[in-house]
Amino acid sequence: MIHLEGVRKAFGSQVVLKDVDFDVKEGETVALLGPSGTGKSVTLKTIIGLIRPDAGTVLVDEENVWTLDRAGLKQMRQGIGYVFQYGALFDSISVFENIRLGLTDETQYGDLKFAEDRVVECLRLVNLAPEVAKKMPGELSGGMKKRVGIARAIAGRPKYLLWDEPTSGLDPMNADIIDALITRLDDELGVTSVVVTHDVRGAFRVADRVALLMEGEIVLQGTPAEFIASDHPKVRAFLERDRDTSHFAA
Amino acid sequence: MTVQALDPRRVAGKIILTSLTQAGRLSLFVGESARAVAEWKIWVPRAMTEAYHIGVGSLFIVIVVSAFTGAVTAFQASYQFQASLPIYIVGTLIVESVILELGPVLTGLILAGRVGARWAAELGTMRVTEQIDALDSLGRSPYSHLILPRIVAGVVMVPVLTVVSDVVGIVAGLLAGLNAMPLLTPTDFMQGAIYYYRPFDGYYSVIKGFAFALAITVIPCYVGYNAEQGAEGVGKATTRAVVATSVVILFLDALLAKILLSS
Repeated sequence: MIHLEGVRKAFGSQVVLKDVDFDVKEGETVALLGPSGTGKSVTLKTIIGLIRPDAGTVLVDEENVWTLDRAGLKQMRQGIGYVFQYGALFDSISVFENIRLGLTDETQYGDLKFAEDRVVECLRLVNLAPEVAKKMPGELSGGMKKRVGIARAIAGRPKYLLWDEPTSGLDPMNADIIDALITRLDDELGVTSVVVTHDVRGAFRVADRVALLMEGEIVLQGTPAEFIASDHPKVRAFLERDRDTSHFAA
Repeated sequence: MTVQALDPRRVAGKIILTSLTQAGRLSLFVGESARAVAEWKIWVPRAMTEAYHIGVGSLFIVIVVSAFTGAVTAFQASYQFQASLPIYIVGTLIVESVILELGPVLTGLILAGRVGARWAAELGTMRVTEQIDALDSLGRSPYSHLILPRIVAGVVMVPVLTVVSDVVGIVAGLLAGLNAMPLLTPTDFMQGAIYYYRPFDGYYSVIKGFAFALAITVIPCYVGYNAEQGAEGVGKATTRAVVATSVVILFLDALLAKILLSS
């Protein structure tokens, strides 16, 4: 279980998270929605210990992330797969080596045969051919890079998956593929997921619950149906804006 | 800009605070790098690759600059040479100038530009494209994967390149001297070179190489690792790394001369 309570984070004079309370239960997929620049990715990074909050508590499996020692933090991170917005692949090494880095167990990492099999398996899970393993990240399209990033995140068989804007920058067809992939991986791997996105349509498709982050606070947490039925003015404003934008895009 | 912002006390306070903050962060950076030594299985292969890139990649430019430096020193010696001085002094002048100063300093400055800029840009790009965050998120240390291999490679290869620079500079100085001064013979040159040469001079050159290597590796890695967001952040980090490294090399040059040569 992931639990955030009273999380506050400011960068200089800019307060990004004012007071975030947020829960993710075992096995569920929660979409964290919100306009760009509202601190969704910052929230995600506080969970895995990449950004230290100024105040508040971040618990993963009832362990406070920010009081863990070095070994504890490493162990905690090994149980979490983080899918970065643009893949964050290491461009000087092959796809194989990128995914192999996701094998957080050093024995597995050092066993080349095991690593080869696991890399092929992870590529299959993200609908990529085994031959992709030989390529360099620079030879891949944007959608393929994201999928390799996902393959790396799942290579170590994590308990949690944190998705940072998995469909941003993709055309609708590739975005649909990634959304379907999130649902399938959640089912096949049985992971608990937090999906940060500003794509309402995608969020409703993949999430069991949705949380809206606006102006540094969680405005609403609930099922997609509760979210749509909500008459909270900020929720309405966000949904209306998304609908207007969708019409404009169409 | 407000009047308060121009208050000298505020400016001084800001400079002191910034300097202390940077010093603290740099100390932590070095400490984390030292801690990564235990993960030798990770950094040793990467250090070898980096050492190859620094050594082979920089060899040509180091040879070219050293050769021209040695040659120009010889030409200047012939221009300033007084008939009252024994001609073997030319050998002394060239060898001592190259070994004590020109070889190490020019090699350091070349590598600050060539290697330092590259590393600052690489690490800065890795920072802004979240590659460093990705390593962290996988429970892997960016220090053992990215920083320590570069520091070790630099600390090994910069002194080696310094020695290469010394040798090339002296040989080029000899050839240019023979060409510019008809009365000079290789025997005279060698006599002058050996007459005033002390083994410590060679050690001094290598000691400088080590000291400069630390500046060339630690500063660009630190600046690149802490680059701010965006392409502008990477550009600023690269410029800052080269300027800071060059200034520190010149500072270390003066400091080492004062400490090791004054006595």
